[in-house]
Amino acid sequence: MTLAFDIFTVVAVSAGSFFFMAGTVGLLRFPDTMTRLHALTKVDNLGLGLIVVGLLPRAEGLLGALKLLSVWIFVQLAGAIVSQLVARVARREGRHT
Amino acid sequence: MTYVFVFEVGLAALLLAIAVWTIVVRATFAAIVFFMIYGLLAAIVWVRLFAVDVALTEAAIGGGLTGMLMLGAAARLREIENSGEKPGLPMRLAAGMLCTLISAALGIVVFSLPDVAPTLAPMAKANLAQTGLGNPVAAVLFAYRAFDTLLEKVVLLLALVGVWSLAPDRVWGGVPGFRVYAQPSSILVFLAQLLPPIGIMIGVYMFWTGASYPGGAFQGGTVLAAMWLLVMIARLQPVPAISLRPLRLLLVVGPVIFIAIGLLGFVLADAFLAYPAGYSKPLIIVAEATLTLSIGVTLGLLVAGPPEWKTQQ
Repeated sequence: MTLAFDIFTVVAVSAGSFFFMAGTVGLLRFPDTMTRLHALTKVDNLGLGLIVVGLLPRAEGLLGALKLLSVWIFVQLAGAIVSQLVARVARREGRHT
Repeated sequence: MTYVFVFEVGLAALLLAIAVWTIVVRATFAAIVFFMIYGLLAAIVWVRLFAVDVALTEAAIGGGLTGMLMLGAAARLREIENSGEKPGLPMRLAAGMLCTLISAALGIVVFSLPDVAPTLAPMAKANLAQTGLGNPVAAVLFAYRAFDTLLEKVVLLLALVGVWSLAPDRVWGGVPGFRVYAQPSSILVFLAQLLPPIGIMIGVYMFWTGASYPGGAFQGGTVLAAMWLLVMIARLQPVPAISLRPLRLLLVVGPVIFIAIGLLGFVLADAFLAYPAGYSKPLIIVAEATLTLSIGVTLGLLVAGPPEWKTQQ
């Protein structure tokens, strides 16, 4: 059982790290502000989500698991709102590129 | 444990690179953003050094509030920077010399530290039970070296007085010229409605848990300040005039209660800031609770800046 959990953790955290790397490449390589924001928020969602899911079996009880999940939710909330704000400024100033 | 070593070396290298970039980059805004990233990475370094209390403070202050203060300063400096006026050669030379001197002094101190640093940690842990606290850092702050902590809080108030004294006479006691950006019904308003209940709870939790686990008045107060600033930026609450009596009371209540408890030490124990046996934990909690409030209000007003208008706009 422990082995199964370990394999699950390794697979999920590795997948999460892959999304973080992909998002970083997107941030560096994408042509304009909007697509770069898109890459960043996907990373917050999927990358961090997979890492949190992977760490859940290792959490200290239900409270620890809830704390991990709330970290994910708050990062998503902050990411979504900040990207909206950045996008709005970028559109207003006409800096699409 | 080699992968931990690789992680730590990578972290240190990244920290150094960001520090260099913060200094080298020309644009003020970029330098501030890098400084904030530096603060967040430094917080991770503190976690790796098992100093979670310091990490929390670094993340809240270094990565958050200081950045906001500097962004405010940068907004004020923009006019001067755009006017094309540059400091003369003597000024730049003097600034460079001063920076070199400070760096050299810091370098000498760091390299002349003994290999095995003298530590009071075992003593701090051994006497922890007497304070009734579970977190040795809180014991240092509020029992062993309470006087330092008291002075620290008073210095914070002095800093606020310093900021306020930048106001011209005609707007004294007026409303800080805090720049509010949000348009009505923008997404920032949504965040400012959603986040504060949770943020306030986390701020209070950080202070409460600080007695036994990492956390404390400063970290909790910073979170409270951040929530207040968010509400003000979203224009859900107006920026208050600095002459408002309840506001002034909130500013001083923490230090006043702390000093009162300190004076009580003369009567009930044997010295200033000494706690009567058995009552140290409740007294420390009372001091910390009021200090959390005062720190939150002080930090919020520090970011809000000096008064610029006589009355509410």
